[in-house]
Amino acid sequence: MSGCMRQEPDGARADYNFAYLDEQTKRMIRRAILKGLAIPGYQVPFASREMPMPYGWGTGGVQVSAAVMVPEDRFKVIDQGADDTTNAVSIRAFFERTAGVATTTRTREASVIQTRHRIPEEPLREGQILVYQVPIPEPLRFLEPRESETRKLHALEDYGLMHVKLYEDIARHGHIATAYDYPVRVEARYVMDPSPIPKFDTPKLADCPAIQLFGAGREQRIHALPPYTRVVPLDFEDHPFEASKPDHPCGLCGATDSYLDEVIVDDAGGRIFVCSDTDHCEARRDSGHVGEDTA
Amino acid sequence: MYVAVKGGEQAIGNAHAWLAEERRGDPAVAELGIAQIREQLAQAVNRVMAEGSLYDPDLAALAIKQARGDLIEAIFLLRAYRTTLPRFGASRPVDTADMACDRRISATFKDVPGGQVLGPTFDYTHRLLDFKLAAEGEVPPAPERDPATGPVPHVTGFLNREGLIEEEPGVDTIPPDLTREPLEMPAGRPLRLQSLSRADEGFVLSMAYSTQRGYARNHAFVGELRIGAVAVEMDVPELGFAIEIGEITLTECETVNQFTGSKSEPPQFTRGYGLVFGQTERKAISMALVDRALRWEELGEDFEGAPAQDAEFVLSHADNIQATGFLEHIKLPHYVDFQAELELVRKLRREAEEVRSSALMGGLASHDGQEAAE
Amino acid sequence: MSAHAEMTPLLSVRGVSKRYGAQIGCADMSFDLYPGEVMGIVGESGSGKSTLLACLAGHLRPDTGSVLFDTRADGLRDTVRMSEPERRMMSRTDWAFVHQNPRDGLRMAVSAGGNVGERLMAVGARNYGDIRRSAVDWLDRVEIDTGRIDDRPSTFSGGMQQRLQIARNLVTGPRLVFMDEPTGGLDVSVQARLLDLLRGLVRDMGLSAIIVTHDLAVVRLLADRLMVMKSGCVVEAGLTDQVLDDPQHAYTQLLVSSVLQV
Repeated sequence: MSGCMRQEPDGARADYNFAYLDEQTKRMIRRAILKGLAIPGYQVPFASREMPMPYGWGTGGVQVSAAVMVPEDRFKVIDQGADDTTNAVSIRAFFERTAGVATTTRTREASVIQTRHRIPEEPLREGQILVYQVPIPEPLRFLEPRESETRKLHALEDYGLMHVKLYEDIARHGHIATAYDYPVRVEARYVMDPSPIPKFDTPKLADCPAIQLFGAGREQRIHALPPYTRVVPLDFEDHPFEASKPDHPCGLCGATDSYLDEVIVDDAGGRIFVCSDTDHCEARRDSGHVGEDTA
Repeated sequence: MYVAVKGGEQAIGNAHAWLAEERRGDPAVAELGIAQIREQLAQAVNRVMAEGSLYDPDLAALAIKQARGDLIEAIFLLRAYRTTLPRFGASRPVDTADMACDRRISATFKDVPGGQVLGPTFDYTHRLLDFKLAAEGEVPPAPERDPATGPVPHVTGFLNREGLIEEEPGVDTIPPDLTREPLEMPAGRPLRLQSLSRADEGFVLSMAYSTQRGYARNHAFVGELRIGAVAVEMDVPELGFAIEIGEITLTECETVNQFTGSKSEPPQFTRGYGLVFGQTERKAISMALVDRALRWEELGEDFEGAPAQDAEFVLSHADNIQATGFLEHIKLPHYVDFQAELELVRKLRREAEEVRSSALMGGLASHDGQEAAE
Repeated sequence: MSAHAEMTPLLSVRGVSKRYGAQIGCADMSFDLYPGEVMGIVGESGSGKSTLLACLAGHLRPDTGSVLFDTRADGLRDTVRMSEPERRMMSRTDWAFVHQNPRDGLRMAVSAGGNVGERLMAVGARNYGDIRRSAVDWLDRVEIDTGRIDDRPSTFSGGMQQRLQIARNLVTGPRLVFMDEPTGGLDVSVQARLLDLLRGLVRDMGLSAIIVTHDLAVVRLLADRLMVMKSGCVVEAGLTDQVLDDPQHAYTQLLVSSVLQV
């Protein structure tokens, strides 16, 4: 896949508004985003629209991207860290078609990045917007299924139950047994669901120069982290949060500090580990880095 | 040498081409026309319009064709299209008392002003496969008579005159709009009814059925079921009066339910209400039963813990487009999360193994005494 | 009560009434509770004692009256008019509530240690080892084998569940404990053990408590003072021994004579 693609001028469809949504809807979503940025970590209800892709497939992220997108943007979509996974391809094609914006696979070149389950390896910079697709925005959901009750718990900062869950993990397993979607506390106020990113990515949420927006379409919620927000994973002093990843170098580019996918390569169960962030891996290989499995 | 999987774009394109071919089926068989679906699969069209929240039989028929007869997929197509339509305004509330009824029955009175009209119903048909239809479906014309003129008043109105059924006072407040505002709990009745009206037929049917089987039983009688066309009117500010902009077919069901009351308050029957696009009586009756079950709080009843009483449960899970999307999204790759879980489980297993082997090495592990049950 | 003349009451109840439609829950209740004091409220079911307790503990909002609590920060404050967050904070720090049915006061799907630790974590404890040590200490104090710390309460007997509920409530060192029939639903032998334990805790910790019960043996053992309720009103009040040994009101006499002396 080439680094940058520009849609032909006639590629944008005239029968839909720029970026598919009508301007009124975009304004409604922007208001929710602004409110979310003003109250970091707070889940803002918004009137999510029915999109031409299924709920649970990124409709929240797509609506947020559509609301912030301008014609000058350069758009990147990743799913599981990769630009060429099917749903990433599909969402990128959607905006090429409805907004005619330029797209890219390079993190550095992108102004808006929509992601599912990963934060890019390359540090983000000021002026970039990272849009997360969020399936369940409520960090308390699996402790308390009722929305009316969880909203009350947030309002009252009643988060004891979150730590009870972590306590139970340690009592049973010796460790906090949450490997992804790790709950965080934002600016010492709201407990927030960061979407199902691996906990390897959790520290990247904090103090990030880019704007981070989280859209949950089916659940009709938007939450946000403005640049340089304090974000702390929930933990215990004597069982501190630990970002972890497979203890291997990337088989393709040799990187030792990137998050890895485990790939089964033969019938005997042979495995190799490769960067989940395909752009990061490609860039490293282009500049001459070589892993063990490329020979 | 390992090469990362690529080519998602091409795979998607090819899959879609194959899908289009499968949708068409054997080219030797004549292609289905939209008009054929609209006219001959009208119940499918009705369901798609009702749950798609868009009254347009031709578009619904197109959606059914495009979805290869998968009605939830067709509903999804219609909903996604609906989102893009500009909103010019809101119609006046339709007046179902003025309905030109094709069907109108009451289970609570043997006869009522306006009469019992069976209409085109499956009721009382014997469910025997009609093999003649496999050959040709031409039917002799049905007997006709002039449409009855004169009013067809609502049956519950008769009960109301005696004060036997709870009043439903009109309200001036503009009801919230489920399609324009996020669903917030607790939801008032207008919002609940909107949600139920576009809810999955199977879900609402099962919920209603559960109330009949004792999970929040509310002793429903079909006070009246009516199906027919009503006029849709809209106020046009430039004109200063309302004009008729079209006609839609609706199914309306009013149930008469168990009474409430006490020594001081005279007993009254209570109501459940269903209103759905098209001829969709299974859905409308189900809706009325579930509406009634959800009203426990305003009627001062107990919450029995029945699913059909739990507004948050019912409304959060009634929409099949939300449900199917989230259900099917687990097909999407989750290998980043799975990798994180894999690492964790391996680590925990490693540590458990170490604990076990060191316990074995240490000879017989001493077991903690357990407190006997008192 | 001259000994109390100089002291600020811990809880001061003034004119609390609660109606259910035409039905009286409790009417115009007023009394003071001083630090270290245990107040028993007795009466048959329907006498209004549980309604009163619910009003005092903030579970029900009384129609009229005030419930003044001597807060650490601001002295006497009316908990009825407090904001919900303040009241919730109070109910997980300075107050404790022991339910009759331990299932109402425990998290049945959370281990015994987690149950005891929850209040600590809710007020900011963030050291697993310390939380664990407190849980062990408290299980020991309520006579639960500390080897059961990682077991769920659903595997415990009724008496153990009730003792676990007490440990879970007392772990943050509350200043006021509300108890609703704490021995109800337990076998007689189990009741005796629990009462003995409660008496020890009340004495050792200098707890202030309000105990609602229909069981005169409970108040005889635990309560310094007693209020007898009937039809939503107090018919007699005084020192426990005084009221039980020399009941003045006909209803109290009936209550006392209808149970075996302890």
